[in-house]
This record gives sequence, C-alpha cells and structure tokens, in this order.
Amino acid sequence: MSKNNHATAFLNGNEAIAFGAKLCRPEVIAAYPITPQTKAVERLSQFVQDGELETVYMHVESEHSALSACIGASAVGARTFTATSSQGLLYMLECLPYAAGARLPIVMMNANRAVATPWNIYGDQMDVFFSLNSGWLQIFVENGQEALDMVIQSYKIAEDPRVMAPVMLNIDGFVMTHTYESVLVPSQDQVDAFLPPMVAFDHMMQDQHPMSMCISAGNQHNQEFKIRQHRDLEASMAVIDQVGQDFAAVFGRDYGSAHGGMLEGYHLEDAEVVLVTLGSVTGTARVVVDQLRAQGKKAGLLKLRVIRPFPTLALAKALAGKLAVGVFEKDLSFGYEGSLYTNVNSALLQQGVYVKSMNFVGGLGGRDVSQADLFEVFEKLYTIDEALKQGPVHYTQMRCEA
Amino acid sequence: MSQVKLNARNITTDEYFYGHKACGGCGESLALRLALKVLGEDAYLSLPAGCMSAVSFIYPNMAFKNNAIITPFAATAAVATGIEAGLRAKQVLGKRDKAPLSVAFAGDGGTADIGIQALSGAIDRGEKFIYICTDNEAYMNTGIQKSGLTPFGAATTTTPSGRVIRGTLTEKKNMFEIVAAHGISYAATASMGYLEDFMNKVQKAKDAKGPAYIHVYAPCPTGWGHESEETIDIAKEVVDTGLWYLAEYENGQFKLNKNIAPDKFAPIAPYLKRQGRFKHLLQEDVDAIEAARDHKWATLRTWA
Repeated sequence: MSKNNHATAFLNGNEAIAFGAKLCRPEVIAAYPITPQTKAVERLSQFVQDGELETVYMHVESEHSALSACIGASAVGARTFTATSSQGLLYMLECLPYAAGARLPIVMMNANRAVATPWNIYGDQMDVFFSLNSGWLQIFVENGQEALDMVIQSYKIAEDPRVMAPVMLNIDGFVMTHTYESVLVPSQDQVDAFLPPMVAFDHMMQDQHPMSMCISAGNQHNQEFKIRQHRDLEASMAVIDQVGQDFAAVFGRDYGSAHGGMLEGYHLEDAEVVLVTLGSVTGTARVVVDQLRAQGKKAGLLKLRVIRPFPTLALAKALAGKLAVGVFEKDLSFGYEGSLYTNVNSALLQQGVYVKSMNFVGGLGGRDVSQADLFEVFEKLYTIDEALKQGPVHYTQMRCEA
Repeated sequence: MSQVKLNARNITTDEYFYGHKACGGCGESLALRLALKVLGEDAYLSLPAGCMSAVSFIYPNMAFKNNAIITPFAATAAVATGIEAGLRAKQVLGKRDKAPLSVAFAGDGGTADIGIQALSGAIDRGEKFIYICTDNEAYMNTGIQKSGLTPFGAATTTTPSGRVIRGTLTEKKNMFEIVAAHGISYAATASMGYLEDFMNKVQKAKDAKGPAYIHVYAPCPTGWGHESEETIDIAKEVVDTGLWYLAEYENGQFKLNKNIAPDKFAPIAPYLKRQGRFKHLLQEDVDAIEAARDHKWATLRTWA
C-alpha cells in the first residue's frame, strides 16, 4: 500500500541517514565533522540552510560537546540528533553512559571506522565495541534503505516510555557511508503519522515541575538505578519487536520480525553451518550463501541487527542443532578474541546450546572482505574439527603468518 | 533592561539554593545563592563536577529550586547551550511561549582548564546564555589541587610548599580577557567582597543580547586556610590590594570599575599572611607578587 507514498532516490549511506533524520524532525542537531560521517552532517546542514528542516543546528567545537549539547537539549524534552565515528566516538565516550543513565532518548549515527593507532580512516567495527557497556541500544544496518528506515524506528524505540534510552545506529564506514544505492524515501506525512512529536517525560526539566538531573546517588541507591536501567534495556526488546512490526505494516519493509526484529535469517532454518554477521558484510555473505546453496550445501546466514540489548534467546533458538557456527566481525579485543564472538558464545552457553563455533576476524582498517574470503570461511566451517586445531580465532586475508 | 540598582534592601528574600552541604563560609555557594536571587527561579542551571554539584544533587535531596543538571566535567557550556537550543527550538516551533535563560556555574578548574574548549565554542556560537565562573583558585572538591587559576605562591596539595619549590610557580590564567577576546556580548569580573557590584553584573549579564561571562572571586575557607567568617573580608581585601580587580567588557570596550592609585593599594603582606596557603612565602615571593600586580595594573589603568 505504502510504496506509492515513497520517492526513490539515489543516495549513499550518509545521505540515507540524513534523509531519515530529516523526516524525524529533530529539534536540535549538534555535530562535529569526522570522516566518514561528514556527508551526513553536511546534508543535514544543507537542509537547514535551505529552509527544508526547521531545527536548531549547533556547530559545536568537538564530539564531546556534540553529545553534551544533545544531553542538554534532550533534558528539556527536545528531539535531538548527532553523528560521529571512531576517534570522535572515543572522544565523547564519557558522555555515552551519562546520557543513558539520565534516560535521554538521543539518536546518534556512528559511522564504523578503524581506531588509531595506526591511523586509518576506513571502515571496521572496533570503535563501537568500546561503547558496548554504555547503556545505549546498539543497532547495525546492512544497506542504505535499512539505515534510513532504522533512523525512524530508532526514535520510536528510544522515546517509548518503557525504554527511554539512547540509540546508536551503526553503519559501516565507506562500504556503506559512501556507497550509492537506490533508496525509497517515505513521505513526510507518513513519517509524521508513525512518529509524532516527542512528548514530555516525567524526569525532564520543565518550568512547572523543576527537576534536578544527572544527580549523584551514593551506595545506598546507585545499584538500584543501574539495575533498573539494565532491566529496561532488556525489556526494550519487546518494543524493538513491536516498532518493527508497526513499521512493516505502514512502510512495507520488514526487518527480521520472525526473530523479534533482533536478527534476520537467510537460509537459516535448514542450514547446517551458519555464519553470523554484523553490518554490510551481510550483503556479500548472502551472495556466497546463494552460491553454496546452488552447490547443494546447506549454508545459512544469521545477521545480528541489535547487539544491545543482546538477543540471547532468539540467537540460541536459531543456532541450536547447527553443525558449525562462525562469527565474522571487523573487530578484535586484543589479548582475547572478537567481542561479538564472546557475546555469541556466552548466549549459546547460557541457553545450553552446544555448537562448535569459530571466530573470523577480518576487514580491519577497511580491508575489503571479498566473496572469496567468505568462501574460505565457510570452507573452514565445513571442516571445523580440522580448523579448530589452529584455535578458534582465525583472521581472513592475512599478509603474514597469523 | 533593569534600571534600578540591586542592593541588600531591594533584592528578593526568596531562596533558590538551600539545604546543600557546602562548608561554612563557602564563597561559591554564596555566589550561587545571590546570583539566583537576581536570575530568578525560571533560569535553567548547568553545573559540572565540583563542590557545588557535589553538595546539592545528593539523591534524594536536591538543593536547587530551579531546574538544574550536572554536566560532564568538560562540557558545562555545551550542556548549557544545548538546554538553550532545546528551549529555543521549542519556542520557534510554537511548542512553548518563551525560552527561559540558561545559566552555567563552574569553578576555576571547570572553567579555565577542562572546560575552556566548550566555553570557547559556546561563546563563539553566540548563543544567549550566562556562564559564571566561581573562582576559588584550586580544585577544592577533589582536595585542593592546583588549577590554571591558582595564583603564584599558593600552596595546594599538588603544589605544596616544599623544601625546594615553595608552592605554585605559575600565574593565574587570564580568563576574563580570554573570554573578552571572543568579542562576547558582556563579560565582567567580580568578587564576593563587593556583593552589590556582583549582583548588578549578574543583572547586566541577564540583560545582554548574547553570551555573557562573569568571573567571581570566591574564597574557600577549607582550601585557603582561613576562618569561615573571614570570607567576605578576604574577598574585599583582594580587590583593595589590587591582586584582583573589578572590570567589565561591554560593546567591545574594557572598563575598570574600581581604579586604585598606585599609592592607595592596601598592603599585600597582611592579605597573604592571613591565609594558610600563603604562610610559607618569603619576602622575595611577596615582592614578586607585588611586582606582578603593578605590571598588571599598567594595563588595567588604560581601561579606566
């Protein structure tokens, strides 16, 4: 029904995010430029300067101030947007748990990029993992369309009274931020109906009921604040599910509603070996799975869409009984393994699901992850007993002995 | 624009900051109390980590009658202008009638050290807000460590009076002129020893069209080593000795509010010796402080 109300545009991922943010009518935008996020904030600035978006755009002097300004604006009930990447995310890091603890529904785009040193402006996912414990919802997208759609859903989720938590929308640097795709842009009327203006919330600062915010709480109360925050983030899974279903009903695009919106399967149910992915590499993996299926191999794909809250039950249910599970990530926790792998294994163990698993770390610093790389990954999964003799963590496309 | 000068007789008896846990004789808490009497209960307040937030936001006991928020340490001015932007956006979009004033209070470290970048950015953007630096010349909340506004000679816990080095070796960072150099709408220095002057400067900051900054000298009995009842007296004496000064920056011009002739300065040594933080100073140190004062006043007198 709804596609008629969409305009088709040829957008890169940054622009898709900007169009999505514009449709959500943020009242305050505060951002600082960093590659590869720049085109998103440039496009939003253009909307403002052209009079197409009525918002207060704050040209802040740093990422730390960008998120801090959003904290201030959100604390008086304004819908806010910001965007960052890599070093910028790390620079503002102390403000992340700050915003989450204050229960402020800020939405932020993070263009996933390598972290210095060595310096590198290209895409990997090491930046976001530094912020995993910050109390933000962590959403990952696969393409420009999903990026645009998830900006809209992010506000709906963040501002739900049951959630009241900030959302980080992760989009792979360059592979997505700078790649052009055909993207359906919903009409403003449709988005306005789906996402009404943010309503006043009890703990915000307001004239008639002055509030002290970002308070201190000693050892008699601190733990209760934190556990409440944790419980609400866990409970946000139901809201993510509902918002995803409502979005699909209105806009005609469904993202993993079969798995509560937390993950998406591709040839998952009857698969013998499954690769777990995060972000844009999913697109490449789909093609590889198609080819393996054509060869008669029962390969499948599990794309994680949300990793905070972590979909423990949905993941364990989807992976129970598989012969082998691989976790591909552009991330590494030095001295251990990829952090996504740690999370996946823990979820499986918690639920009593015992499957053989391997970690594939690659694509660091923007190194291309090709179909050939993923064929090799699946090859190892098919011979997992042999592959595990070299340990659980493998690195794709190494140019020297690992 | 307010025409009537504020004084002890016409200032409101309403209180907006009480029940806090500041030390007896705390200059900072007095500065907040009086400033709020001028600003009123509509103002939205931002305070970073520091004594004033530590003593007034202790769940479940909140000491501000106003809306108030503790900010990340480095981000006082960013949060304050974010509040301003949020309120203004809602006014522009017709969702509220007016946008109340956003006011930041930060200490010397929170202003001159960790908060200076956000402050500079906020002033540069020209958003209408007030930033009041309550200067007690060291990181008092963490236990009297040296800040960029600790004066030469003062002993702190990180610049103690040692056998080789006697206290702080550096001069106070010149925040007033740094702020003025941005071309800010209004900036002023003040002291808790001259309360009417301070209150009227807060009123001018309130009336300013754009960002406004007030740097108020606020003694700390705990950190400086003096009796609680000496706070006001010391804050007056520091101005009378010429070691601090009362000035304004308005319409692009500096103005010295209280000019003191070279032979009319109150003596420096008694001011220093009544404070524990200066007790160790030798005559040569006192002479150096006096020479630095005279050098500074050569500039200040050009503003008179």
